[in-house]
Amino acid sequence: MFADLGEFEVCGILQDLPGSVEIQLRTLAPDIIIADPSICDFSSRGSLKTRIAEYTDAAVLAFATQPLEEDILKQFDGCIGLLDPPTAVIRKVRTAMEQRSETPRSEGEELSQREKEILICVAKGMLNKEIADLYNISIYTVITHRKNITRKTGIKTVAGLTVYALLNNLIDMNSVE
Amino acid sequence: MSNNANHHLMSPAMKMADLMDLDFSLLGVATRMGLCFGFGEATVAEECAQRGIDPETFLLICRVYAIEGYRPTRETLENANLQDIVKYLHQSHAYYMDVVVPELAGALEQTIEPCENRQKKVIWKFFADYKEELSKHFAYEEGKVFPYVEAVLGARKDRQFTIGEYEENHSNVEEKLADLKNLIMKYIPHQCGQQDVYRVLFYIYSLEEDLNKHTFIEDGILVPMVGRMEGHE
Repeated sequence: MFADLGEFEVCGILQDLPGSVEIQLRTLAPDIIIADPSICDFSSRGSLKTRIAEYTDAAVLAFATQPLEEDILKQFDGCIGLLDPPTAVIRKVRTAMEQRSETPRSEGEELSQREKEILICVAKGMLNKEIADLYNISIYTVITHRKNITRKTGIKTVAGLTVYALLNNLIDMNSVE
Repeated sequence: MSNNANHHLMSPAMKMADLMDLDFSLLGVATRMGLCFGFGEATVAEECAQRGIDPETFLLICRVYAIEGYRPTRETLENANLQDIVKYLHQSHAYYMDVVVPELAGALEQTIEPCENRQKKVIWKFFADYKEELSKHFAYEEGKVFPYVEAVLGARKDRQFTIGEYEENHSNVEEKLADLKNLIMKYIPHQCGQQDVYRVLFYIYSLEEDLNKHTFIEDGILVPMVGRMEGHE
C-alpha cells in the first residue's frame, strides 16, 4: 500500500521486540514505526512506546489487530485499525509525521534510563563486557550507548564520566573508591 | 583583515609593536621567546637580534598563532632554526606549568568552594589527575625528546631514539581538558559564583587554544624538521 503511493518507503519489517530488534531499530533509523501492541504481554504493553523510544525517535503508531484500551493507546502517536481504508491509513501516517517534525526529539538530549544505568557502570569502572553481561545485551549495544552518552554530555574520558555521574547524583562517592 | 593579509604583513622589517598588535596571542609568544616589552620603534629583526633569535623562526611561530590553519611550506621549515623552536617549546612548558595551571587551579578552587564536599572532592581530583598527566607529558618531552633533538643538532651518534617514536599523540591530555571544560560549562552546581566560573572557563579556553598551537609546533614543525635531519645523515 505504501509502496504504491511512492510517498513512503518501508525500510524494514521487524518481528519481535526483545532481542536483535533493538539494534535494527537504531540502524534503520525509521521516521515511523507501526507496531502491534499485542506483540507484548499485558504487563509491558503500556510501556511499549517508551521502550521503542530508547532506540529511535521515530513516531510510533499502534496497529490495532484487536480492540485496545484507552490507556494503552494514549502512549502512541496514532492508531491504525485493521479495517481502516488505505486513505485513512495514509492520512494517519502523515499526521504522525507532521507532529513529529513539529516536536523534534521530545525527550531532548537528556540521557535515557538505560544510558544512565550504563553510565553508572562505567563510572564504577566496569568493562564493556561486564556491562553487557549484567544487562544481557551485546557489547555492540553497550558501545552504542556509550557513544550516545558521550555525544549528549560531551564527556569522553571515564574519569570525566565519573565526575558527571557524581555531580548529577547518579552515584555516591563510596561507589567510586 | 584577512588571514592572508596578516601573513604578508608579518616581516622582519616591521615594527615589533605592530606585529604584536595583529593578534594578542603573540604577546605570549614574545614573552616566551625572552623579548622585553617597551619595544619602542624597534623592528622585529632588531628585537630578535638583541635576544639572539632567528627572526624568520620567530615569525614562523607567530604565524602558527595568528593565522588560523596556517601550514608552513617545506622551504620555510628548511630555513627555520631548530634550536629556537626547542627553546620556544621549552619555555611554553614552563609557562603552562608555572603560570597557567596554577592560575586555573586557584580559580577552580575558589569556584568550587560553595559546593558540597563530595562534589568538591571529585572535581578537584579530576583536575589534579589532569595536571599530573600534563606534567608527565611535558616531562617526557623535556627528558627524552628535546635531548634527542640536541643530539641530532650536535650530530652525536650515541642516541637510542628516533623522532618517529615521538609520534605519540596528545589526545589523552586534550580529551581530559575538553572534559573539564564541559563539566564546568554544563554541570557545575548553580551555587558557584558566576564570575568565578567565567574565570575558570576563560583559563581553560586559553589553555586549550594555546595547547593546540603548541601541539602543531611539535607535530607539524619540530617532527618534520628533525626527521629531515635524520634522513640527511
